[in-house]
Amino acid sequence: MSIIENHQTHGAPFSDSPKLTARNVGVYYGDKQAIFDVSLDIGANEVIALIGPSGCGKSTFLRCLNRMNDTIDICRVTGDIELDKENIYDPKMDVVPLRARVGMVFQKPNPFPKSIYDNIAYGPRIHGLAHSRVELDEIVEKSLQRAGLWSEVKDRLHAPGTGLSGGQQQRLCIARTIAVDPEVILMDEPCSALDPIATAKIEELIDELRENYTIAIVTHSMQQAARVSQRTAYFHLGQLIEVNPTDQVFTTPEHALTEAYITGRFG
Amino acid sequence: MDMNFNQHISGQFNADLEAIRNHMMGMGGLVERQVANAVEAICSGDTRIADDVIRREDEVDQMEVAIDHECTQILVRRQPAASDLRMVLAVSRVVRDLERIGDEASKIAIHTLEVSDNASSHLCQQAMRYMGAEVVKMISGALDAFARHDVDGAVEVVRTDKRVDQQYASALRELITYMMEDPRSIGQAINILWILRAIERIGDHARNISEQVIYLVSGTDVRHSSLTEIEEKAATKE
Repeated sequence: MSIIENHQTHGAPFSDSPKLTARNVGVYYGDKQAIFDVSLDIGANEVIALIGPSGCGKSTFLRCLNRMNDTIDICRVTGDIELDKENIYDPKMDVVPLRARVGMVFQKPNPFPKSIYDNIAYGPRIHGLAHSRVELDEIVEKSLQRAGLWSEVKDRLHAPGTGLSGGQQQRLCIARTIAVDPEVILMDEPCSALDPIATAKIEELIDELRENYTIAIVTHSMQQAARVSQRTAYFHLGQLIEVNPTDQVFTTPEHALTEAYITGRFG
Repeated sequence: MDMNFNQHISGQFNADLEAIRNHMMGMGGLVERQVANAVEAICSGDTRIADDVIRREDEVDQMEVAIDHECTQILVRRQPAASDLRMVLAVSRVVRDLERIGDEASKIAIHTLEVSDNASSHLCQQAMRYMGAEVVKMISGALDAFARHDVDGAVEVVRTDKRVDQQYASALRELITYMMEDPRSIGQAINILWILRAIERIGDHARNISEQVIYLVSGTDVRHSSLTEIEEKAATKE
């Protein structure tokens, strides 16, 4: 199988109220190209699911959106990515506040080896978001509440975060991301290490978070993409094949490759 | 593209989908014979054929339940998407229409027994024969279209349904004339009316099956659309 010559993304990759806009994005690891000419909007307050077989570039693309790829020496990004019309690859752009505005949740829960409280308070402290202990307490409580974890941990805020269950740890990481008041949350397979009940809680949470945040989620679970997202983007060998409303993608996809992937004809 | 997209990674999934389609076709074949036999029974007055149709109705019902169960199993086990999902939904809907066609065939057979030893059983003979043959063709046309993913064939069945409806309306006028001319014929005419009505309903169910073919192939839901709308929707999806 090879990449498609002169491919145009099918469906509706653009949004009327974009939060993030990517235009003609290419990503190279050394001389190997991983992403080819991807143009996609992520609309304000939408959940967009990025799906595709392993190695299709969905995680690579996600990582471009808050410059996580900068941490890889040989990685080079071309094209334009704007957050609220501001070029995030501008040399003057400071990546630390950028990553606070565009937060990320990873596949494996990765709490700091600190207390639950300090896991949440860490970000607000270094970004100077709280001016007093009381304010910090408020941020910690609000973030844990938004992440649906408050009632479970409020009596043991000073116990280590690593002592929580996997699902709780992942919600702790989401709370940690929320604590710095981001605008966009990127999630890279946030439930793949969790059991079904913890997964259901995270999915429920994603739906609630959409009111205040814009969310892009990479997932290997097509059912999850169908449950949580409003639009679904299908990647294949580094190309963006199709973007359409989620219900359409899972009932009547436009492109034969999307159809073949979601019906389990390859993967 | 050097890949075969006709097969799933899971061979069992392929086999399961193949099975519901084949079982539906088998049920369709039986139902088609039931209708053809029921029509033959009224036209010839052969009560043995009518008895046979009534006896086999149960078989049709059992098939509906069994196929619907298989569809449920696929939904639960495979969470099908896109064309696979449409196949399962379409099969599930088609077997319901087939079961209702089976009911109508059985109704025709029951009324046949009631009119068989009566002098005025020649009422509307021609209309029954013509409409009966049309709806049998509609059932096989709809099932063929399903098997071949043939949208044009499906649209043709919808067209035929319109003709059957017109035929039904004109037969109804004929019956009313009989009843007005000779009120003693009313009891008999009503029996004939039920039979014509059953045939007309079979046409509607065959049309529903064709609508599912269009859904299966193009993903467009054309239920409750007019013939013109269906023709337009089918044309834009080709």
